[in-house]
Amino acid sequence: MNQKYIFAIAAALMVAIFATATLVHDSEKGNRRDEVAEQNRAILVREHSPTLGEAEARVHIVEFLDPACETCRDFYPYVKQLMAAAPGRIRVSVRYAPFHDGSEQIVKLLAAAKLQGKFWETLEALFAAQPNWASHHNPQPDMVWNFINGVGLDIEKLKVDMASPAIDAIVRQDLADARTLNVTKTPEFFVNGRPMPSFGYEQLKQLVAEELNSRY
Amino acid sequence: MKADSIAPSPAGWTPLFGAWLVAASSMLGALFLGEVMELPPCVLCWWQRIAMFPLVLILPAGMFPLDRSVIRYALPLTLAGWLVALFHVLLVAGVIPERIQPCSRGVSCKEIQIEWFGFLTIPTLSLIAFTLIAGLLLFAQHRMSR
Repeated sequence: MNQKYIFAIAAALMVAIFATATLVHDSEKGNRRDEVAEQNRAILVREHSPTLGEAEARVHIVEFLDPACETCRDFYPYVKQLMAAAPGRIRVSVRYAPFHDGSEQIVKLLAAAKLQGKFWETLEALFAAQPNWASHHNPQPDMVWNFINGVGLDIEKLKVDMASPAIDAIVRQDLADARTLNVTKTPEFFVNGRPMPSFGYEQLKQLVAEELNSRY
Repeated sequence: MKADSIAPSPAGWTPLFGAWLVAASSMLGALFLGEVMELPPCVLCWWQRIAMFPLVLILPAGMFPLDRSVIRYALPLTLAGWLVALFHVLLVAGVIPERIQPCSRGVSCKEIQIEWFGFLTIPTLSLIAFTLIAGLLLFAQHRMSR
């Protein structure tokens, strides 16, 4: 038996074991995630969650997002496209997941903007300017004021609301729900309560297509 | 070494192969814990990875064809990794006080993420692996120097 063969067989065996273990682990993890989402359907959305789209739309996307997260910024227009492609059939709710240090202030700003009915405009302004105030996962909450000038917010009221216990409670609630639902990364999507099997644009599109087909 | 020979392995090849098996399983194990189970590696774990992963490539380079020098290249990495692993084990055991641990960001090095059979933690596994590799390399050295 030649050493090269021994070595090659050993290497192939190890890679095979690794690949099998990975597949087994991932499929178990997927099942667990489905179970967790299934058991916690009730807390996917809260009263305070901003929602876009028709109330009677039968496909409901819930997105856990962090305004400082670059991937969330990339996904935003994509989610809008999905909505535009099925007019009136999809609504989107946002949950706050301020996982970056410094994001919590920004999330409070968004929740306060929602009180003035300007959540989406503010979110879009923040995303547009994100490279300026949150480059390299290092959000600078004090820098955002210049970038939301155009939204037409009452800044004085906004600052008062941001400091209020009610807004703080909203953020705590969303973080607690994220923990319960095992959301550890942003963005995380649930479509009619179903988590994405793995992360990606295509996976989200697929999930939305499946739900559209089964509901309409 | 001709491809069709069925000769026994040349002196020292088998312990080198053993060392490679330990290094490769350690690397795949570390990648499984980190990338598949998504347990974040702490700072000390990263230093041990830096010592372990190159062995997986260096050792075969010295096995085909068999080259004694590979031991000289692999041993310093192994000993460096062994020292870090020992430090890590002592830190988790509480022998070394926490205040001199080099971790500030991310995962605490003292945090025990897995524990099999009541004693096998990730740092313990690492120390065992580096000890085995060092022993096998020294054994190969001994076999080849005769």
